[in-house]
Amino acid sequence: MSDQESLSRRAALTKIAFAFNAVVGVVLAVPVIGYLLSPMVRARKNGYTSWFALGAASNFPAGQTRLATYRNPIANAWDGQTADIACWVRNVDGSQFQIFAVNCAHLGCPVRWFPQSGLFMCPCHGGAYYEDGSRASGPPERGLFTYNHKIENGQLWIDAGSLPTPGGSASNRAKNGAPCA
Amino acid sequence: MDHPVPKSAASWFYVFGSGALVIFGLQVVTGILLALLYVPSAGEAWNSLQALNHDVALGWFLRGMHGWGSNFMVAIVLLHMVQVFMFGAYKFPRELTWVVGICLLLMTMGMAFTGQVLRFDQDAYWGLGIGASIASRVPVMGPQVVHLMLGGPIIAGATLSRFFALHVFVIPGILIGLVCLHLLMVLKLGINEWPMPGRLVRRSTYLKDYHDLVHKDGEPFVPYAIWKDVFFAGILIACIALCAAYFGPFGPSGRPDPTNIQAIPRPDYFFLWLYALLALLPPSMETPALLIGPVVILGGLLALPFLFGEGEKSWKRRPVAVISVLLVAVALGTFTHLSSYTPWSPIMDAWSSDPIPDTDLAHRTALERQGALVFQQKQCHNCHSLGNEGGMRGPALDSVATRLTQDQLIRQVIQGGGNMPAYGKNLSPAQTTALVGFLETLRPAGQSPARNASEALAEQGPASSPNSSAPKP
Repeated sequence: MSDQESLSRRAALTKIAFAFNAVVGVVLAVPVIGYLLSPMVRARKNGYTSWFALGAASNFPAGQTRLATYRNPIANAWDGQTADIACWVRNVDGSQFQIFAVNCAHLGCPVRWFPQSGLFMCPCHGGAYYEDGSRASGPPERGLFTYNHKIENGQLWIDAGSLPTPGGSASNRAKNGAPCA
Repeated sequence: MDHPVPKSAASWFYVFGSGALVIFGLQVVTGILLALLYVPSAGEAWNSLQALNHDVALGWFLRGMHGWGSNFMVAIVLLHMVQVFMFGAYKFPRELTWVVGICLLLMTMGMAFTGQVLRFDQDAYWGLGIGASIASRVPVMGPQVVHLMLGGPIIAGATLSRFFALHVFVIPGILIGLVCLHLLMVLKLGINEWPMPGRLVRRSTYLKDYHDLVHKDGEPFVPYAIWKDVFFAGILIACIALCAAYFGPFGPSGRPDPTNIQAIPRPDYFFLWLYALLALLPPSMETPALLIGPVVILGGLLALPFLFGEGEKSWKRRPVAVISVLLVAVALGTFTHLSSYTPWSPIMDAWSSDPIPDTDLAHRTALERQGALVFQQKQCHNCHSLGNEGGMRGPALDSVATRLTQDQLIRQVIQGGGNMPAYGKNLSPAQTTALVGFLETLRPAGQSPARNASEALAEQGPASSPNSSAPKP
């Protein structure tokens, strides 16, 4: 074989070698990127929320707002206390309920309920909400996040499982205006 | 090892860069030592920190070194940045050094944020929620970004693990690479000479001028200039060690328990300015400020050496630069100071633990005292102070009767306004009467109450009005 022929054969083999590496790289990139994006993909495919029972509806007397806690439906064994989630359950008149997230609609700090003045107050930046979750004052641009719920066989069921955030999913978009605004 | 530098570069003002490098080394060493015991599991991190604090010899001191090291790191990095800016060291030919430096600043703040998450206590848990709430405001992709950040639906084990990977592997790796690049460029381009007013930087002449300066009036970096860096490094490490020994480690505070709604979260000091900003921005401005602000600021910082790469280096001839730095420093300092006592936060237990001052209860009728009781019961004290006790979210009410008439008080209490909620639905008419009765007594001795001038005029009758032309009744 002449020099020219062996050079071009070598060049061709080099190109094939690089191309083979590129193919291997692309094929390997798929599971790696899939792994990195799995929290997003899983949310899209199955959703993170599910229905579960909070307890007997009789645990929440009429006209009162009480704190309820539950274990997040999606939790790992090593999550410890972080998978114990709290929510405010308001029994409006005995048959109607409102379930609020404890996360302030501004930036997520835990809101506290004061039954005497009928206000939720947030310790971080001073947001306040009325008894029905609508915005009263402060930095929040909307009322408290609410969970979908239903009463079945005397049990209060809630559709939850995901941290509510201001830019969050449609199920949390129950915007409540202020009563006199 | 005969690397010549300008004589003027052997200055105490030039030690902050090497100081940052030394603290970085300290953080790596203390970080590795901490990783020998720390458990990055949501269920066990807090316990492992308690073990470090109490069960391991000098574990508390090591945690203190790492925590105070991070505080000093942010401070030194900012000082270095201000010094470089004021000395015009970002100008030609050191533009890329500045750009890499800005990337280093971002990485440092990234380490600061991920580091405080790793402490994984109450503040870290709710701080993550705040970060997720900010991330959720990204248009279109918001919820996906949140799920990526949290590694799942909620702040849990997956979140801590990915912040651990970021803090220990990803960002330090990037930092090491960028620091090497930064140092390489400093070696190649030389240390900035002390700026002289009137000595302008010109792309056409600077390289030659600098070369002449260094070889005519230069000294070898070792040991002429380096001794100050070494000395300052020693001072830094000694200060960090002293702070760690005297003030001890940072927390951890309460357990990261989402059901503990008594938590009052606070970030570490280097994010206190953001805490204040998020409390004080008008609500509708917040999302645009959070999404657009950083882009504008970063863009400006990165473009700086390319827009102003020539001209005066000395701060004595750069008033805009001096004023900008002062403005930023005063703003950051003010916000940080405000966050140290958070006047915008209601004091959640004021209604049950801060009494009404005796002077506001003496010589009052029974109805007015009942009004004081309403004031306490309805948590007014959480936002309004009396006698310097109580919240600062609303104005102090010690002299409210000199500012608002009875009608105005009734309206304010029932309808709210500004940052105050409406209490109309939660106050009976009797409670409102009592409360307003009490508020009307709140004025300093000797000052008359607010007067409704038009009401007084109307009560006198039309005949006594000087401009009246109505016939007498």
